[in-house]
Amino acid sequence: MSNKIKFKIDGVTCEAEKGQYIVDAAWENGIYIPTLCNIPGIKPQGSCRICTVNINGRPMTACTTPLLDGMEIENDIPEIREIRKAIIESLFVEGNHFCPACEKSGNCMLQALAYRFQMMAPRFPYSFPVKGVDASHPKIIKDQNRCILCKRCIKSIKDEDGKSIFAFYGRGHKLRVHVDPELADKLTDELAQKAMDVCPVGSILVKEKGFDVPIGKRAYDNVPIGSDIEGNK
Amino acid sequence: MNSTVQQIINTYKKDRFRLMDMLIDFQEELGFISKETVKDLADQLDISTVDVEQTLSFYHFFTTEPTGKYTVYLNDSVVAKMMGQEEVAKAFEEELGCNFGQVCEDNLIGLFATSDIGMNDQEPAALINNVPFTKLTPFRVRELVADMRAGKTVYEMYTEGYGGGNNKSVLVRSMVANHIRRIGPVLLNDCSPGDAIKKIVQITPEAVIEEVKASKIRGRGGAGFPTGLKWEFCRAAVEKERYIFCNADEGEPGTFKDRVLLTECPEMIFEGMVIGGYAIGAKKGILYLRYEYKYLGKFLNDVLFRMRGNNLLGENIAGLEGFNFDIRIQFGAGAYVCGEESALIESTEGKRGEPRDRPPFPVERGYLDKPTVINNVETLATVVKIINKGSEWYSALGTNDSTGSKLLSISGDCRFPGVYEVEWGFSIDDMLGMVGATEVQAVQVGGPSGALIGPDEFSRTISYADLATGGAMIIFGEQRDLLKDVVLNFMDFFIEESCGSCSTCRNFPVILRRTLKRIIDGKGIRKDIDDMEEWGQIPRVSRCGLGQTCTNPILTSIKNFRHLYEDLVDKDEDYVSEFDLSTAVQESCDFVGRIPNI
Repeated sequence: MSNKIKFKIDGVTCEAEKGQYIVDAAWENGIYIPTLCNIPGIKPQGSCRICTVNINGRPMTACTTPLLDGMEIENDIPEIREIRKAIIESLFVEGNHFCPACEKSGNCMLQALAYRFQMMAPRFPYSFPVKGVDASHPKIIKDQNRCILCKRCIKSIKDEDGKSIFAFYGRGHKLRVHVDPELADKLTDELAQKAMDVCPVGSILVKEKGFDVPIGKRAYDNVPIGSDIEGNK
Repeated sequence: MNSTVQQIINTYKKDRFRLMDMLIDFQEELGFISKETVKDLADQLDISTVDVEQTLSFYHFFTTEPTGKYTVYLNDSVVAKMMGQEEVAKAFEEELGCNFGQVCEDNLIGLFATSDIGMNDQEPAALINNVPFTKLTPFRVRELVADMRAGKTVYEMYTEGYGGGNNKSVLVRSMVANHIRRIGPVLLNDCSPGDAIKKIVQITPEAVIEEVKASKIRGRGGAGFPTGLKWEFCRAAVEKERYIFCNADEGEPGTFKDRVLLTECPEMIFEGMVIGGYAIGAKKGILYLRYEYKYLGKFLNDVLFRMRGNNLLGENIAGLEGFNFDIRIQFGAGAYVCGEESALIESTEGKRGEPRDRPPFPVERGYLDKPTVINNVETLATVVKIINKGSEWYSALGTNDSTGSKLLSISGDCRFPGVYEVEWGFSIDDMLGMVGATEVQAVQVGGPSGALIGPDEFSRTISYADLATGGAMIIFGEQRDLLKDVVLNFMDFFIEESCGSCSTCRNFPVILRRTLKRIIDGKGIRKDIDDMEEWGQIPRVSRCGLGQTCTNPILTSIKNFRHLYEDLVDKDEDYVSEFDLSTAVQESCDFVGRIPNI
């Protein structure tokens, strides 16, 4: 027997497996719900809040909420769009993001989301925090100025014994992602590259390497983020 | 390796889920947690050093540097400042010749600030080596500093004697006063410890749940979820290993009623946990106690010890074959957010106190991913009375939607701050009369995460249908500057206490505080008020209740005291530049010896 259930996003009837996370189900149905901290296949964490949707009028994160039969979800409505845009802007003013000088430009999800949500300049005042760059490790650079604290590296990059290479340090607006110096010393090229790839912004970079793919030919240079999903329709 | 370190690690059997306990022991035994200790710990627990530091750096009572033979944590909350905290802080600094955040006199005394320590009824107050010193004055500060220089123990530093009730127990020895000003159904001492346990073993767990449901009691922590229903959900879980927690992490500035319950009615709280454990089918209970109440630790453990001796804990409780249940105390280490139930679970598992996503709810997957019930201290104490005297008796008290009574922690500008037990449905007007408050400008209902209300709302009543609250009531007289002295301080509190995981609660309090400060400094414009109202809505999409309410100080004060903001802003300007040219060129002018000519 099929486990398929029906649900609605912005009035459009969709079908998916029961218990799937809303964001995965939406994407399969060709509906884009933006995400930043989520990594498909890894336990979601709902920390960036960009995938917020309304379920029965209540804001919930689509990446962490399992689908129920008959659920009615509001996604692309002015209220939600405005929240998402405000969150994106807040991430820009929280750090120091200078796209033209960043190796990740064009592959950066934050930049791509800013374009998609038509951010011209953040409405919030810049805070220009002093955050520093940690270049003490042999394989990678951790640029704290660009870190959006999404936790993707923390959750997905572990050494062969399953130990964390990245972890949070502190709390609140002083929160940082720290790199374990001993484990970073032993980081393989492969894992270093994976860490850079999993970082949605340019906060983790592989050393002595850059601009392999030229500007203009990068993931979001010619099409907005989410286009591939909307092509699934 | 340091033998103390090894011994502590062994005590907890190298269990990484007990990381909090190990770090607390290190902090207390060694005075701080060094890089070497972190390394040893990581090696022994087979985790990376950043994982140890992830927990360590989250809690503000853990330090990586020595904090002095005497460590002073002076509360810097709103009411402390209203009662003269600034003069007290100044006296400490002057007497010692150093600033807060520093350790002075050859590692003798460390001065630190801390968020609310649950002593709002006797501020200014500080913890010195975990022992509360209340009602401080500059004079007392000079005495205390002299005592510390003379090497006295903290207990020898008392001049007032011990506080009332169990505060004078040899296991507590604290100068804290209870200030119980009004006794109601919960605080009334009309039951013997163990009576309710002896009663429940005669009936089924399902019948216990029915009784609690019939009483219509709702959670007393503030959220107000029906207690009986929570227990029923947990009992219905497939997984048989279950846990019950008592949330004694009251960190909302202005609340201290759990402190009083823990001091005066600990048997009742633990008895409530036994009842809950029986009802949901748990074998283990954990009291999560905020570190600020460390001074009650020995006393509470002794209560547990005696309950075991009286067959009210342990095996075959009250003679019922197979009814096994015991309780341990888990200390926090300074983090407001751990009062949020899923953050409390994470903390108990030795992690940073970051709330979890829901679903799943703790009743399905909580502590160690097992079904878990978390109840407030007051809820559990109340359950004992419900079992003893019946749900019918209880549900007749209060109002239809809010049955029973509520303990209020009342502080601020009033003659008799303290703990008052009232039936739900009590009005704010009556409350102000009861505590001797006159010329009241505003009342903060439910602490910073609640609402700031003005006189035109004082006819409202305390109930789930009207003003739902965990019970913290702070009164502000006419003389107070609400924006500068209250709202700004509350925003600083939320900025300090955010776990930082959600971008919304991490960033928006900082953004809003900046605008608020600009208005207070007389540089705001009308649009700033509208901006704050609009931007303040964004954190509503945060993961936990604390994140969702972190802009409430600003939102509720704009709603109810808009004129205070409007009086401060320039109504004619559309734009005020934050850029100050003369400040910007000051450094270069100094360098070349010129005066800014602007």
